Amino acid sequence: MSLGNRQAAPPETAPGASAFPDASGGRQEPVRSGQEAVRLTGVSKRYGTGGRSVLALDQVSLSVYRGEFVCLIGASGCGKSTLLSLVAGLDAPTAGEVSVGGRRVAMMFQEPGLLPWLTAAGNVELALRARGVPKAERRQRAGELLRMVRLDGFAGRRPHELSGGMRQRVALARALAQDADVLLMDEPFGALDAMTRDLLHEELSRICAGPALTVLFVTHNVREAVRLGDRVVVLSSRPGRVIEQYRVPGDWSRGIDSAQTVKLAGTITERLRGEMGRHGY
Amino acid sequence: MATDQALHGLDRLELAPPPPGRDFGRIARTLWRAAWPKLLAVALVLGIWELVTLTGWKHYVLKGPGPVFADLWDQMQHAQLWSTIGVTLRAAALGYGAALIIGSVVGMLVARIPPLRAAIGSIITGLQSMPSVAWTPFGIILFGENTAAIMFVVILGAAPSIANGLITGVDYTPPLLLRAGRAMGLRGLVLYRYLILPASLPAYVAGLKQAWAFAWRSLMAAELFVSIIGQVSIGQQLNVDQQDLDFAGASSMIVVILVIGIVVDTVFTKIDLAIRRRRGLLEQTPSP
Repeated sequence: MSLGNRQAAPPETAPGASAFPDASGGRQEPVRSGQEAVRLTGVSKRYGTGGRSVLALDQVSLSVYRGEFVCLIGASGCGKSTLLSLVAGLDAPTAGEVSVGGRRVAMMFQEPGLLPWLTAAGNVELALRARGVPKAERRQRAGELLRMVRLDGFAGRRPHELSGGMRQRVALARALAQDADVLLMDEPFGALDAMTRDLLHEELSRICAGPALTVLFVTHNVREAVRLGDRVVVLSSRPGRVIEQYRVPGDWSRGIDSAQTVKLAGTITERLRGEMGRHGY
Repeated sequence: MATDQALHGLDRLELAPPPPGRDFGRIARTLWRAAWPKLLAVALVLGIWELVTLTGWKHYVLKGPGPVFADLWDQMQHAQLWSTIGVTLRAAALGYGAALIIGSVVGMLVARIPPLRAAIGSIITGLQSMPSVAWTPFGIILFGENTAAIMFVVILGAAPSIANGLITGVDYTPPLLLRAGRAMGLRGLVLYRYLILPASLPAYVAGLKQAWAFAWRSLMAAELFVSIIGQVSIGQQLNVDQQDLDFAGASSMIVVILVIGIVVDTVFTKIDLAIRRRRGLLEQTPSP
């Protein structure tokens, strides 16, 4: 996806987002785009009250534009998952504002979370039912979605009859069944082996290409972030703040082992190490 | 497309090879493996029984397995035994059916409504541990010596287990599935209908199975106490045999009670296993 042809939009207000260092190390203008799909304005989230409370997110401001694929990365305790829960509306921020502009939001987790008594198709059909798709259409639509994740032929299998990677693809089909505008993914490939993950990266890039779907993808794998994202947002730990954002040029060769990916991943890893060092001795 | 092909190849490699097909030799071996310990146990019991008889202990009443099974065989030729079994099974079906409805409704309400849970959740557990035979005199006082009294005891014996099974199932719905359901947009009754209740099924069936054991016990106890004119139940027949000091007759009834209890329990076990297998909750049995 090209970032160049985006229309003017309200400027970024995030503390660390005043400029985007790109791969060559130079500073670039902030990414501007047509439409904000997700906007967080000064969002803080505190768990618990009093002296024992934990500040998970601190004054996070972040805009994700329509059709953009944004990867959130950070060490443990940076509130990545908290941030996704807030955007999904599963939780409310302590301060600030989260806006998805009435868009439909779907979410995927590290565990597929498929219902074990339903077949692959049944799981997808349940998501269709939840959004009110008439019965007659469900079967056909589920078939199409399973084909999209290349699982046609496995519609009648139950989750325990599928491999980990296949289950995660059913979960992806189920998330897509919600016909969401925004897809939130919480380390969806974290539990998979490297080879499967690599193939799923390609599948995900293919499925999420195009302007319709906006993705917010949380990971702790830096190369994965660079491989998939149009933009990589680095969060600090305890509390989580946006400390840096990196744009990944659209014309890059996106292999997980491509020289460009490795180089940018190295830069981001350095930045993360510096951040982790802050919490050391 | 290369990715496509690689992905398909990986899918194939990662799936377990298909289970071996139906082969009668294999099925026979499996059946024999399951059957011989049971057959051995039965043989052992009969052997000890025969030995005790041979010692002449209480020889004026005690009879060996031979005469007892001859008596049972003889009874099986007559309509009386089958009508006795019919009376008892009908009572069992009615009582268990009523317990099923009452237990499920109460369980559902208690699981859904927190104040109700606080109020009667522990009472249900208490009832479950109460020997239901103790309710029999109470039932006779309330309803007189008739079917209603028997139903009362059976329901009090079985319904708490059913309610408890359902409550446990709802309580232990995996949080991961709940989170997935909410993320999917399932709410309220729809969430119950399509996620929480199906997820509770294994615990519910375990409750049903336990309830059957309690129902059967309660029924036997109640039938021993309650005699209804014109209806001979298994319990009443046992009572008559007791008064006649008919060892063979009483033993035949015990065998009938045991067999019915085991057969119904086996049905529940099969249902339980089928559900677990469907959900991949059974470990793959290692091939011989």
